[in-house]
Amino acid sequence: MLVRGVLIEDTFAEAFTMRVARLVITGGTPRWAREAGLKLTGFATSVIGCKCEAGIERELSETETPDGRPGVSVLFLTMDKESLPQQLISRIGQTVLTCPTTACFDGLPDGPDRLPVGKALRVFGDGFQGSKVIGGKRYWRVPVMEGEFLVEETFGMQKGVGGGNFLILARDADAALAAAEAAVDAMANHPGVVLPFPGGVVRSGSKVGSKRYKKMVATTNDAFCPTLRALTESQLPEGVNSVLEIVLDGTDAPAIAAAMRLGIDAACRPGVQAITAGNYGGKLGPHHFHLRRIMGGESQAA
Amino acid sequence: MTLTLTLRTAPTVPLEADVLSPDRLSGVSALEAAKLTVVHGNQRADLGEFFQVGGAADGELHLTGDLAQVKQIGTGMARGRIVVHGSVGMHLGAGMTGGEIVVEGDAGDWVGPEMSGGRIVVKGNAGHMLGSARRGSQIGVRGGEIVVFGNAGNEVGNGMRRGLIAIGGDAGDFAGVNMLAGTIVVLGRLAWRAGAGMRRGSIISMHPAELLPTFSYACDYAPEFLRVCLRHVRGLGLTIADSHVNGRYQRWCGDGIELNRGEVLILDSAGTASRS
Repeated sequence: MLVRGVLIEDTFAEAFTMRVARLVITGGTPRWAREAGLKLTGFATSVIGCKCEAGIERELSETETPDGRPGVSVLFLTMDKESLPQQLISRIGQTVLTCPTTACFDGLPDGPDRLPVGKALRVFGDGFQGSKVIGGKRYWRVPVMEGEFLVEETFGMQKGVGGGNFLILARDADAALAAAEAAVDAMANHPGVVLPFPGGVVRSGSKVGSKRYKKMVATTNDAFCPTLRALTESQLPEGVNSVLEIVLDGTDAPAIAAAMRLGIDAACRPGVQAITAGNYGGKLGPHHFHLRRIMGGESQAA
Repeated sequence: MTLTLTLRTAPTVPLEADVLSPDRLSGVSALEAAKLTVVHGNQRADLGEFFQVGGAADGELHLTGDLAQVKQIGTGMARGRIVVHGSVGMHLGAGMTGGEIVVEGDAGDWVGPEMSGGRIVVKGNAGHMLGSARRGSQIGVRGGEIVVFGNAGNEVGNGMRRGLIAIGGDAGDFAGVNMLAGTIVVLGRLAWRAGAGMRRGSIISMHPAELLPTFSYACDYAPEFLRVCLRHVRGLGLTIADSHVNGRYQRWCGDGIELNRGEVLILDSAGTASRS
């Protein structure tokens, strides 16, 4: 399959079931909502090193938030149920509670599991905190030097998908980066999807384990490193001198598939030779995103 | 099809009609409903002696007429809906745990005493003891919502433990007396001695209020929870101005003779609060 002259390889991205929460962070201005969102999702690129993956899903207008202020929605993912509340409590406590003007609300009210995040954070109030039940939801008012920090008592958790991906194989680094930026722009604000890496782009794709260091759980994906073409079993076609990867996490597979379609299409531009994807032979992750099916209009992952 | 009851014989003394509840009338035909027992003064009577009953019970009940002498409508109600096309008497929704009651006219005293869930909406005025504890009881409303578009009498939310009471007009004396927690929003004026003896909870006023000397000024600020609360109240049908949602409020803590963890929030643009 060719898209504007770019080869879409007959392969698939292999993704995993994760646990996801959606946070709605509001602020007095868009700037402060964004500041809190950026800090909250900082150092949350990969569960390999960060124990969680997170990103800003999209910016929210005043009409979309519980308190009528501008905000951002954030998706937060971990591999298991237990670590998600731990990550949320420590990160919200250090990055949202501390951020001027912000409040933090649950963005998955129908999530089957409820995480007592606000209930844990309330104790920062040292006994001076108070709660309010409004419209059937309990909120905690934590007194802070600025005034009050408002946080919802529980946050919904549901199954999500982590590790959707595609790789942009380009003739040089400039072309790869331009294509990656175009792909990220095309996927920005897509509902149910975040791109957890810096600017949505990964330059250091990894393989499982190590050929040399036994304790390493992930090392460089040498098969796609152009500088190692002569030293390893390279998977790079002739003429490819730079590869960038886009990783997608989301609330469900259809959302990721829809975003991948937009991103891959945008990445098919001059200087890009092929689009491929990372997988483990289909043996590890239950979600398989076949590139050609997606680009053919099929929204469901196989 | 809903069950409809139209008042045809006005009771000369109060009529206790706790059978007028979707729970009690579930699966009951119009004929069977007419034979249910009510108490007229100190006499037992059939519901059909006072109401013309039609339709079939499907969880919704429509009552029509001036029911100001009819008490205990919706007592213990857990689900369903009652719509009253007229006014109602005392003890509306007493101890209700769920469902909704909408009154197009006025309501008497003791609306929603000790309710723990559900919603009562009064489009007109409400009497005294709105959402209060019964006499001799320490705890009043334990949950749910009461919305009054007009004015309410004295002792709104007496002993309130949880939930929301929103009043579009004025509230009488002793609003939030002995309040334990919960929220009372008064868009009109608060009368004397609001929050007397309150331990926790919030009383919100959009007008200047004369507070007891046992309340202490804390600060002027924009409570974030109030934005959420007022937007919710707006969704319930009361007129909430943007200036209310975005406004700054004086926070007064009290009652100092109790736990002192309660608060009265007074919209700042309304002027400075004063102590009596």
